[in-house]
Amino acid sequence: MDVGQMQRTWVEYTKSLFREGFLDAQFTQLQLLQDESNPDFVVEVVSLFFEDSERLLNDLARALDQQIVDFKRVDAHVHQLKGSSSSIGAQRVKNACIAFRNFCEEQNSEACLKCLHQVQQEYYLVKNKLETLIRLEQQIVAAGGSIPIEELSF
Amino acid sequence: MEGGNGGSCSSMEKVMGNYGDQPHVLAVDDNLIDRKLVEKLLKNSSCKVTTAENGLKALEYLGLGVDGRNKLDTNVSKVNLIITDYCMPGMTGYELLKKIKESSIMKEVPVVIMSYENIPTRITKCLEEGAQMFMLKPLKQSDVKKLRAFVGFKLSTQGYRIQKFCGKPTDCKVGLQWPYVLCRTITFHMRDTLAQHELQPAIANPTKALCR
Repeated sequence: MDVGQMQRTWVEYTKSLFREGFLDAQFTQLQLLQDESNPDFVVEVVSLFFEDSERLLNDLARALDQQIVDFKRVDAHVHQLKGSSSSIGAQRVKNACIAFRNFCEEQNSEACLKCLHQVQQEYYLVKNKLETLIRLEQQIVAAGGSIPIEELSF
Repeated sequence: MEGGNGGSCSSMEKVMGNYGDQPHVLAVDDNLIDRKLVEKLLKNSSCKVTTAENGLKALEYLGLGVDGRNKLDTNVSKVNLIITDYCMPGMTGYELLKKIKESSIMKEVPVVIMSYENIPTRITKCLEEGAQMFMLKPLKQSDVKKLRAFVGFKLSTQGYRIQKFCGKPTDCKVGLQWPYVLCRTITFHMRDTLAQHELQPAIANPTKALCR
């Protein structure tokens, strides 16, 4: 594949992620922050997000597994995850977290567990998408091209 | 000792051109990703950034003991703006704001609160406690550009400082303010950065500027 083709693939793939709601405008903001002084910014932030989220998901599973569930603690974790996903533009994860928090308030463990599974699902989906996207970007850069962020205005 | 009504045009130009100082911003947020993001946004706006992960660490950095007592060897001299998340475990951004405003040395430093949640009572509470501005997360580059306007222009020759604040206009204050030997603070309704030609008339006639 030549650079032009790779770039076109990147544009189409990114657009589809926005269309399907996996990512929102905040992700574009992240892309825009990447520059020569910080060429790996997006990868760094996304990696942090992966680490942070997986830790939180583990903590959540543990917290919900307790005999007596500490809903304040659960809510605090979900709040963090909602924040991070919002900051990188992982829209579906964020929305799943919002629903989760409502059930925390109601102190409904069963519903919370369902929500956790929902959040996990959305997280792994978006993780997969982001990894694919980053791989595409790295290929473009390795081939001497640049990421055509300007093409994203739609 | 007050140097004239804002000085001549040429010294204004000199000063605007000489504003090479990087404002130092202290960013407080318990969320790792948000810290990284705000740091990058601020650096992109030519700010020097220090981050803290909670209110206590922020107070430590500022040289304020938890009891509000000031320590000698502080970083106070360095910080031009504090931006903090509202929802933090332990000490909230609001509580941090209060501590800063209660301290004799830090109270003049503008504090901006950020939050994911758009809750009017929360916003009012923070503004009334002295926060310069309340911003909704996630932050974008355009938000940070607005923040940049809060940091004083150091007018080295005349020693004036102009700050722009969000909220109601207040009276012009003249007095000694650290770190400037002489400083006049003028407050406006927040708008975009003043153009160079607007600077001198604004200093000369602050009341008129307030009515804009």
